[in-house]
Amino acid sequence: MLIPCPHCGPRDVQEFSYQGDATRKRPDPASTDVHAWHAYVYDRPNPAGPHREYWQHIGGCRAHIVVERDTLSHEVLGAAFASDLSNQGGTRP
Amino acid sequence: MAEYSALSLLKNALSGNRDWRPAWRKAEPKPAYDVVIVGGGGHGLATAYYLAREHGIARVAVLEKGWLGSGNIGRNTTIVRSNYLLPESIRFYDFSVKLWENLSHALNYNVMFSQRGILNLAHSPAQADEYIRRGNAMRHGGGDAVWLTRHEIARRVPGIDFSPRARFPVVGGLLQPRAGTARHDAVAWGYARAADRLGVDIVENCEVTGFLREGDRITGVATTRGDIRAGKVALAVAGSTSRLMRMAGIERFPIESHVLQAFVTEAVKPYVDCVVTFGGGHLYMSQSDKGGLVFGGDLDGYNSYAQRGNLPLVKEVMSEMVAMFPATARLRLLRSWGGVMDMSMDGSPIITRGPLPGMYLNCGWCYGGFKATPASGFSFAWTIAKDEPHPINAPFTLSRFERGAVIDEKGQGPTPKLH
Ligand SMILES: Cc1cc2nc3c(=O)[nH]c(=O)nc-3n(C[C@H](O)[C@H](O)[C@H](O)COP(=O)(O)OP(=O)(O)OC[C@H]3O[C@@H](n4cnc5c(N)ncnc54)[C@H](O)[C@@H]3O)c2cc1C
Ligand SMILES: [Zn+2]
Repeated sequence: MLIPCPHCGPRDVQEFSYQGDATRKRPDPASTDVHAWHAYVYDRPNPAGPHREYWQHIGGCRAHIVVERDTLSHEVLGAAFASDLSNQGGTRP
Repeated sequence: MAEYSALSLLKNALSGNRDWRPAWRKAEPKPAYDVVIVGGGGHGLATAYYLAREHGIARVAVLEKGWLGSGNIGRNTTIVRSNYLLPESIRFYDFSVKLWENLSHALNYNVMFSQRGILNLAHSPAQADEYIRRGNAMRHGGGDAVWLTRHEIARRVPGIDFSPRARFPVVGGLLQPRAGTARHDAVAWGYARAADRLGVDIVENCEVTGFLREGDRITGVATTRGDIRAGKVALAVAGSTSRLMRMAGIERFPIESHVLQAFVTEAVKPYVDCVVTFGGGHLYMSQSDKGGLVFGGDLDGYNSYAQRGNLPLVKEVMSEMVAMFPATARLRLLRSWGGVMDMSMDGSPIITRGPLPGMYLNCGWCYGGFKATPASGFSFAWTIAKDEPHPINAPFTLSRFERGAVIDEKGQGPTPKLH
């Protein structure tokens, strides 16, 4: 499996550390809503098909990236810096 | 006369083995059942058997999308053990070992349960302390555990690297003598045959594609072979749990599906007579009755439904194998394969009523569900029949995550790849 790091280019999966589902939204830290926190901490979409997930390029530039990958075929469909997505109001770690 | 006995073998041998009955009928799905079980793996089949045997509920169908045994029940490394730390786990898995001890008799089917013991190697004083603590917990919970010194291990398992060059020197090990292995296919076939003889319909090549509902209530399933109504619908689909939940309108669930690989070498003469686990990384190995060394290690570590893994993990597992047993370096690998694991958020299973009315759920087996097969089927059948859990599965609810009552053996937190 090769992961196309936006900074380093395609690199072997062994250089990366997997951080899991990237679609979860952290509730407002001041929130005391148990259900919202429970959903954030424990519930996962776990799709069979395209999955948005965090990887960190620990054996390279150390950037956190969001990869879209098909969980049925392991085909990587795209990758972007997590910080870019986060700045656009998207997902954040 | 039992269907399988020395006498029946002889009788059928004399008549050219033409008169055996098929182990289970190829049942056609009926329009309605009391209980429909989705998933013809070990747990689904065991559940059907105990429903019919313990609770007299025989209008039961097991629906399997592929052939019987095509899932994880036919893909595991066959280790049976109850060497856990937490009281809930010890109670559940020790109950399972007790059922294993009588399973071949109960089913009149030789599941080849071999109590050859499991030995967890410790490679540092801290690890030894941790294992001894677990051994004490096991004994406290009524189970069996023995601490072996380095010297005792060297005598018992001579293949381990005890040289001064060993990268991870062995300081001792925790042995559970009642643990062992069983023939995984035989477990599926034995439960299937026993359930069939009690009237259960086992329907293969029948994939559930949706649920029939009245309001919130689940009243049956839509399948590739037509709609089937059911008083109760019980799910035991292991790695496919999230997919079935999605069909029921539940988009997020505390399960991730991950791939686990396993390996077998060419057959060699008797080499190890127990299950050995390596504490310097993560590896478990035993020798099959045919002589092949059967072993596996960690998950690949990312969400997957592919039933096959990647090479980095293969390399890691092989290097651990050679570190533990240097003599295996020259062996040839015969086969490798993968299965899709239903990894729960605390590493423990879920056996419960719900989450929707009319539905019952059995999942979250991570990579330890084979040993659980009898206890899982027994307690799931109980839960379905009585609408309340058996004491052994009462702690394994779905609500435990929200209540903060997780059962996390290793204290890893909600990171499924680490369980
Ligand atoms: C490589 C490997 C090694 C393992 N080693 C061990 C071990 O040493 N010890 C141990 O205790 N455990 C081990 N396990 C774990 C154990 O095998 C599983 O936890 C256990 O088998 C899961 O329960 P099951 O047998 O019911 O699952 P499965 O056999 O996977 O049964 C689930 C069934 O549901 C069916 N299904 C899915 N979706 C549908 C649908 N829509 N309609 C109809 N049917 C459907 C599937 O086809 C499948 O047959 C291992 C697993 C793997 C993959
Ligand atoms: Zn990089």
